[in-house]
Amino acid sequence: MSAAIEPVVGRYVHFDIAGRPHRVYFEEAGSGIPLVCLHTAGSDATQYRHILNDAGITDRFRVLAFDMPWHGKSLPPAGYHDEEYLLTTDLYTETIRGFCAALGLDRPVVMGCSMGGRIVLHLAHGYADEFRAVVGIEASDHQQPWYDRDWLHRPDVHGGEVCAALISGLVAPQSPDEYRWETLWGYLASGPGIFRGDLHFYRADSDYRDRVAAIDPAKCPVWLLTGEYDFSCTPEDTVRTAGQIGIEAVIMKEVGHFPMSENPAQFRTYLMPVLDEIAAIPD
Amino acid sequence: MTPAAAMAALPGLVNANAPLMRRGRYLTTTFLVGVGDIDWLVDIVAGRVEAVRPGPHLMDSWRFAIRASGEAWAGFWEPVPRPGRHDIFAMAKSGEAVIEGDLQPLMANLRYIKEVLAAPRGYTEARP
Repeated sequence: MSAAIEPVVGRYVHFDIAGRPHRVYFEEAGSGIPLVCLHTAGSDATQYRHILNDAGITDRFRVLAFDMPWHGKSLPPAGYHDEEYLLTTDLYTETIRGFCAALGLDRPVVMGCSMGGRIVLHLAHGYADEFRAVVGIEASDHQQPWYDRDWLHRPDVHGGEVCAALISGLVAPQSPDEYRWETLWGYLASGPGIFRGDLHFYRADSDYRDRVAAIDPAKCPVWLLTGEYDFSCTPEDTVRTAGQIGIEAVIMKEVGHFPMSENPAQFRTYLMPVLDEIAAIPD
Repeated sequence: MTPAAAMAALPGLVNANAPLMRRGRYLTTTFLVGVGDIDWLVDIVAGRVEAVRPGPHLMDSWRFAIRASGEAWAGFWEPVPRPGRHDIFAMAKSGEAVIEGDLQPLMANLRYIKEVLAAPRGYTEARP
């Protein structure tokens, strides 16, 4: 056999979220410290394929990336057809904790981007004992909206096309075309109203300006990395948040809102020192 | 390249780009690009830029408008724009651009319109 087969394995895990059974798709590779990766709003865990395939990471970390319910290969719960999908802080938190518990992960590191970067702040604040560390990519305690999210789901505008076209400007001009368009594919292929429903969490139910100062980075260390071309979660948003926590933000050159998928090589130069520090945290 | 030269170059750049014209094939409209004090009307017919018309205009209609200063547009059309000048929504969020009018045709054809507006990026008049 001569074809290249990646060391990444995809499986399904069943657990309840908000009292309803869910079938959740996840991919994993490597062994060592569990590193759970959270995708952005309106996309799926394909964004982490470069991390999952990075032998310099998987030699020390068990990397796991799951598709949120309603995203990628994770189904919506039974009965979804009469519901408006609206993510909340409570639902998102229960999903992440449920995934970690279902797989029996021992104090995993959680790394999330965008809305995934927002929720890790809540985890570090409320569940510091459960997580070894958190990494927020394009993360902040709050940010100003820049469009009306009702445009994302209405019959006279194609949902996938408009989601991708809106967020295309969040990819840095320097990012390779192959990865720019792969990143946008996640939005082009998203389910109807799903990006909008994720943004309910991001815009309406996750203003954490009241709690980030109470995060204790000695109990649950926090790293925040943001791309200079991100005008959604701006470098200023991240620097303000880091200041509240009492840590230094890292502002990444020549990347935008999707560092791990839009420019994996550039992101790696910023991520590896963080992972080295995490690997050195005493057990 | 001046913003006026970029606007004047739009029809040639877009109409030579077959994939871009195909993406706009269901769009026929007139929209406005405000460059400082000058209003440019852009006539689109089935994805083809039929004309770009600098003002002043007398009672011409348009569906939606995107306005910014000449300096902002010049930055937008740099070969590698700096952060904040790389996208019309980045410029709108910072207050450098205003997007107004009937936004439905803009949002329904957003990739096409953004690519039309970005077509002069890095273009130099010396290039054929």
